[in-house]
Amino acid sequence: MMSFISYLVNGISLGSIYALIALGYTMVYGIAKMLNFAHGDIIMVGGFTIFTAMSTAWCPVWLSVIIGIVVCTVLGIVIEKVAYKPLRSAPPLAVLITAIGVSYLLQNIALLIFGSASQSFTSVVKNVAPVTIGGVTISMETIISIVVSLIIMVCLTLFINKTKAGKAMLAVSEDKGAAQLMGINVNATISLTFAIGSALAGVASVLLCSSYPQISPYTGSMPGIKAFVAAVFGGIGSIPGAMIGGILLGVIENLSKAYISSQLSDAIVFLVLIVVLIVKPTGIMGKKINEKV
Amino acid sequence: MSMLHVENLEVYYGAIHAIKGVSFDVEQGEIIALIGANGAGKTTILHTITGLVPAHSGSVTFNGVNLNKTPAHKIVGLGMAHVPEGRRIFQELTVFENLMLGAYTRTDKAEIEDTLSTVFKRFPRLEERRTQIAGTLSGGEQQMLAMGRALMSHPSIILMDEPSMGLSPLYVSEIFDIIQSVNSTGTTVLLVEQNAKKALSIANRAYVLETGNITLSGNAKDLINDDSVKKAYLGE
Repeated sequence: MMSFISYLVNGISLGSIYALIALGYTMVYGIAKMLNFAHGDIIMVGGFTIFTAMSTAWCPVWLSVIIGIVVCTVLGIVIEKVAYKPLRSAPPLAVLITAIGVSYLLQNIALLIFGSASQSFTSVVKNVAPVTIGGVTISMETIISIVVSLIIMVCLTLFINKTKAGKAMLAVSEDKGAAQLMGINVNATISLTFAIGSALAGVASVLLCSSYPQISPYTGSMPGIKAFVAAVFGGIGSIPGAMIGGILLGVIENLSKAYISSQLSDAIVFLVLIVVLIVKPTGIMGKKINEKV
Repeated sequence: MSMLHVENLEVYYGAIHAIKGVSFDVEQGEIIALIGANGAGKTTILHTITGLVPAHSGSVTFNGVNLNKTPAHKIVGLGMAHVPEGRRIFQELTVFENLMLGAYTRTDKAEIEDTLSTVFKRFPRLEERRTQIAGTLSGGEQQMLAMGRALMSHPSIILMDEPSMGLSPLYVSEIFDIIQSVNSTGTTVLLVEQNAKKALSIANRAYVLETGNITLSGNAKDLINDDSVKKAYLGE
């Protein structure tokens, strides 16, 4: 029983990191109607930025983390401006291929600078003893991942539902033309969405690289794909869906690793996705898609 | 100088020459109707005025400002609201959220409250349903919401695209009454309609559009008795 709780908590922790990444996927999809497959690689860039900053003697951990998040945010805005904005009216396939291209570009730049070997990442909370609650030992990274993700999800939900900029994002995601008629600057709103999504990826990179203390140019690709699955699982375009989908995915993955097989855990995750999509094609929280007549 | 001046406007959709040199004027306080068959280019003209579709050549001037050079999201701030074809309300948001998005460019909270209460006075049904998700409203209520949303920007001119489309005859009369009453409080109206009879009955002047050209224009009272208009658009 104790070990089950510990697997569950670790699953929730991993899942909340997936949820943070999935939020970026789902928000960008909701507003720009595109799958930003470079999103996972933004995590990798964030990881390397923090890694590099921390290895310089003068830079304290907190500042490294902030630099990492800022770099991710700026990178997200730049990618949107340079790669996706010129394709705003292009067919979706062209945008998808561009996103895959950006993903490879980022990976290869990292390969050139850092090489292909994994390097060990120093956790941002090193030398902090794990906490034992009722006989279950939980690492500090796990607790921080869950707490930070929860705070971010609450803030993001409040931002979208309570602020004018959040309402503008909802309006743009539903109808760009009508949003423009209201006086909403659609391009600025799309930029803001990419900025928020990428900042969340930056936060995810801190949590991910601290919990699984390694970094390589491919660090972002598997979590990126898992988070994409989580977003589809929860219903792509839905913000609560991404949160629920991410956490469920982490829990399913961790429990399958513990009780079934660690080799098969990814296969089980994708199997569950397939079953969910057969039963409910729009995902758990997915909206019915209104076809225009 | 007229409030809205459209001069020699040409619009292309790819290779299709949709608007072939259209000129017209809207004076302050008027109701102007643009009538014509499906595909004549009425909606395209409105979309070009508010910047949703780029003009190929020609100019649109509103109170002396060249709208061709104004970004689409800045136009509502100049005092021009557009009730688009098919209403295009934000289906997933509530009635109240839709109305507040109409006031997106305004900052004075007290003035917004003021406009909101006049909108609610004009459309009591919207007040009753202020927390309802907009997509669950009936067609007529959605049209009222689209008009209320446009009025929330406190416009000096309102462009209305097919407000009667898909509505029951009862709602059609109600919507046209509302258009007249909005106009009587000083808001200029540019009305695009397939229901030519209704449109001509409330308009001061009208322009008849055929495949991208204005073929006829004049006082609405004269046009309603014009033989060619009667035959082509009034079904008499």
